[in-house]
Amino acid sequence: MAKRFTRPESMKDKATHYCPGCGHGLAHRLLCEVIDEMGCRETTVAIAPVGCAVLAYDYWDFDTMEAPHGRTPAVATGVKRVLPDRLVFTYQGDGDLAAIGTAEIIHAGNRGENLSVIFVNNGVYGMTGGQMAPTTLLGQRTATSQFTRRSATEGFPLKILEMMKDLKGVSYLERTSVHSPKEVLNTKRAIAKSFKTQLDNKGFSIVEILSPCPTYWGLDPVESMKRIETEVVQEYPIGVIKDSV
Amino acid sequence: MKKKYLSTGNEACGEGAVRAGCRFYAGYPITPQNELIAYMSVRMEEKKGTFIQAESELAAINMLLGASAAGARVMTSSSSPGISLKMEGISYMAGCELPAVIVNVMRGGPGLGNISTAQGDYFQATKGGGHGDYRMVVLAPANVQEMFAFTYDAFALADRYRTPVMILSDGMLGQMMEPLEIDEDMKPAGIVKKPWAMTGAKGRDAQRVVSLFLGDGALEAHNEKLQKKYREIEVKETRCETYNTDGADVIIVAYGLVSRMARAAADRLTAEGINTGLVRPITVWPFPYEEIKRASKDALQVLTVEMSAGQMLEDVRLAVQDDSKISFYGRMGGGVPTEEEIIEKVNSEQ
Repeated sequence: MAKRFTRPESMKDKATHYCPGCGHGLAHRLLCEVIDEMGCRETTVAIAPVGCAVLAYDYWDFDTMEAPHGRTPAVATGVKRVLPDRLVFTYQGDGDLAAIGTAEIIHAGNRGENLSVIFVNNGVYGMTGGQMAPTTLLGQRTATSQFTRRSATEGFPLKILEMMKDLKGVSYLERTSVHSPKEVLNTKRAIAKSFKTQLDNKGFSIVEILSPCPTYWGLDPVESMKRIETEVVQEYPIGVIKDSV
Repeated sequence: MKKKYLSTGNEACGEGAVRAGCRFYAGYPITPQNELIAYMSVRMEEKKGTFIQAESELAAINMLLGASAAGARVMTSSSSPGISLKMEGISYMAGCELPAVIVNVMRGGPGLGNISTAQGDYFQATKGGGHGDYRMVVLAPANVQEMFAFTYDAFALADRYRTPVMILSDGMLGQMMEPLEIDEDMKPAGIVKKPWAMTGAKGRDAQRVVSLFLGDGALEAHNEKLQKKYREIEVKETRCETYNTDGADVIIVAYGLVSRMARAAADRLTAEGINTGLVRPITVWPFPYEEIKRASKDALQVLTVEMSAGQMLEDVRLAVQDDSKISFYGRMGGGVPTEEEIIEKVNSEQ
């Protein structure tokens, strides 16, 4: 009987530390599937972030290194400039990319570094206990916005892709989600496009994946997926933000 | 064939890096090291290497982290306030055991300070600076020729021990011009294989470059490994110059630029009848405790001279172990100790 579904070769046979219903497992699997399908497992160098995905190298079976919090695109820049024929990508959360690493992501994009960025946006700091992120929705309660996020004092949800679309060095920006099978497949397509853009030497790209955090949203996994579908996409619309590939 | 040039210290440092095989430089403008970043922008292009003017010192040091992990010989340079920003990356590189060369052309501090010469970053360079239990080899050149030679050496040291190495220079040394002699046939030294590098898992298992160790006892074991390496560096790489120390009544201890005034003062004092010698630490970490202890054993006075409030002084006290002999003369915020001031200080302690 033909095997229809199996673990990607790029993924280690290991249970993850992620909470039940977390989106990281989906995102990990999708990018591993893409790397397998592109035959890139032996030529990939990934940069893991500081955040929930800090231990991604425990799950990925290709070369992976760490970066200080937010400096991920700078580290990737160093790797890629030395090894321009490798597939180099960063995997970053919204604290890493949209708060402490804002300068690094914008300038890596503006230089047109030939890199891929997988940006997992769940609107909170997960690893440290569910604090407010720049991407947290208005009205959302977190460990550090106990009276909910209010624009007067905490500002507004930060839309990095919309901010970066006018940068001439940036080739491809797309926001996707994992809240339904259709969106999961669409996310895989976007990751593949980002990696292909890099392998074709066509420059910098980001795939932003809207992802659930049931633990710090205070919802069960199914409710969390519903929240993305009904609430989160209102603030962060799914779709191609820029494509000049 | 040897060729002579007239060069600033900063440009000599850059050329030392190029001759050592450095092909990746990232930096950010800051006075008084700007000659170096400009020089590297030209030389990396000529050598088909990578030059990046980063968006910040934080980005620059982390570009090194990536490029070093990918196997390249890498360098960044800055001056005091910028070096403070690089400390995060230096700690990570020490933890990840990544080789790199970091040049600090020191200026006056604290804070924005000024753009004059100073040695106020000794503690930061030799006692950590960044977080965690790590050490960094720190070479202190005293002239333009050494800016070249020590930078050249730094790359082999960094690779041999898989550790960040700092060139601790200063604004005057960086910007002054002196003759520089270069052997045109010079080749990179100490090239080693880097099987640990992030190159893709072709023909081997996937590997990682990390400083994160979460398993029970794993980080302690990692720290013990690092400390063992640091002990080896202390034994094998401590460098120091002694001058007229045999039978000297006065020993002056000074590093870098200040050692030049100290040497001139020692000559004049000796000529005037006060037998004075000089100990010049070349590595300020590892620090030459034994050499200073030996040289000062029979001396009556051990004078430390620095362009700081007395930072290396603490290491000299540890070496000498006799506070009755210890004296100090320092200038700060751009003040440079003169030969006359040093002589006056020695005479006042007699």
